[in-house]
Amino acid sequence: MKSKELSHYIFGIADNALILGQRLSELCGHGPTLETDIALTNIALDLLGQTRTYYQYIANLSTDGLTEDDVAFLRKEREYRNVLLVEQPNTDFAYIIIRQYFFDVFHYMFLKELQKSKDVSLVAIANKSIKEVGYHFQFSGDWVKRLGDGTDESHQKAQQALNDLWVFTDELFHTSEIDKSIIESGIGVETTSFKENYYIQISNLLKEATLDVPEIQYFQEGGKQGIHSEHMGYILAEMQHMQRTYPNMKW
Amino acid sequence: MNDAPDIHPELFPILKSVPDPEIPVLSIIDLGIVRKAELKSDKALVDITPTYSGCPAMDVIGDDIEKALKENGYDSKINLILAPAWTTDWMTDEGKTALKKYGIAPPTDSVSDKKALLGEERIIECPHCGSRNTKLVSQFASTACKAMFKCDDCLETFDYFKCLI
Repeated sequence: MKSKELSHYIFGIADNALILGQRLSELCGHGPTLETDIALTNIALDLLGQTRTYYQYIANLSTDGLTEDDVAFLRKEREYRNVLLVEQPNTDFAYIIIRQYFFDVFHYMFLKELQKSKDVSLVAIANKSIKEVGYHFQFSGDWVKRLGDGTDESHQKAQQALNDLWVFTDELFHTSEIDKSIIESGIGVETTSFKENYYIQISNLLKEATLDVPEIQYFQEGGKQGIHSEHMGYILAEMQHMQRTYPNMKW
Repeated sequence: MNDAPDIHPELFPILKSVPDPEIPVLSIIDLGIVRKAELKSDKALVDITPTYSGCPAMDVIGDDIEKALKENGYDSKINLILAPAWTTDWMTDEGKTALKKYGIAPPTDSVSDKKALLGEERIIECPHCGSRNTKLVSQFASTACKAMFKCDDCLETFDYFKCLI
């Protein structure tokens, strides 16, 4: 397997965790209540930890001496392969929870498949991460129910967030041509294998939360090809600030 | 259990003396994060594994181990491994007792853990008064590895070390 192709594929997994982790870490000290603040930043920490293990693997694969820091902080916007969903802003708590839930269910199902990969390093990362992600979707799922089936206001806000973020769900399942070659070799995950199951699971929970499942058939895409929404530039500007201002600085 | 750590008897007491930086009553041996420690031509080779992927204590733990071994005359090399993934089953009974004494409810078995974290049953024992009349406040507490509970008898809140299996 050519390491370049494999790195491309791993970026498609790791960048989601990095950008969502960065988004969630913005909430540190700003969460709506102490418990949710701590929960969301703990989830951010898990995601950043997982990102590091993927990036360390990419650094090991590289032949030109890349480090995990280079990979995290010195790429340009177009080189990030995260989906548009994870870069969407923390508009309000309902957006944060719905975004998280959409991602967590996908993430769990994805890692479950990745545990069967032919690549032992990816299997090790998947085995480690899936234990953490089980807690993530329990948390976000509980909150979707609480918001949807809560007060009139929380219901309305959850429905609004759901309607706005729904268009970003399909992209989670997209794969590039290079991804396809990795999937065919038995290393990558065939995301279509659990797509139907994904929509069944989230629709069931949304119904339980008394929320309407959107019937929109139009879906937004671009992040996986590096074509991001305007929010991405702001995220990177903040995240890469230190490394851009003081090149080669070490923590 | 086939996943018992393989630790050289000469190194065991030294490693046992290294505390977890966040829960200092717990030795890294009791926490189960030292998976292997061997001596090769007077150099100690130690494999450690993180509890959670993002655990910020791992670097500190690595440094602490190196320091403790150095003080006892051993050069060392610390290796961070991911597989097999850490589980709360590796925590020793001694460690669980120390946790409880410290005010953190130790992990139960996975079935009870799920019921407690889903709020279905009141089973987690309050480390302050011993009552099981406790309820979940938040699935995440001061660190990712803990959940927050409240005791409805003594009214104190407490951390519960979540099962990771």
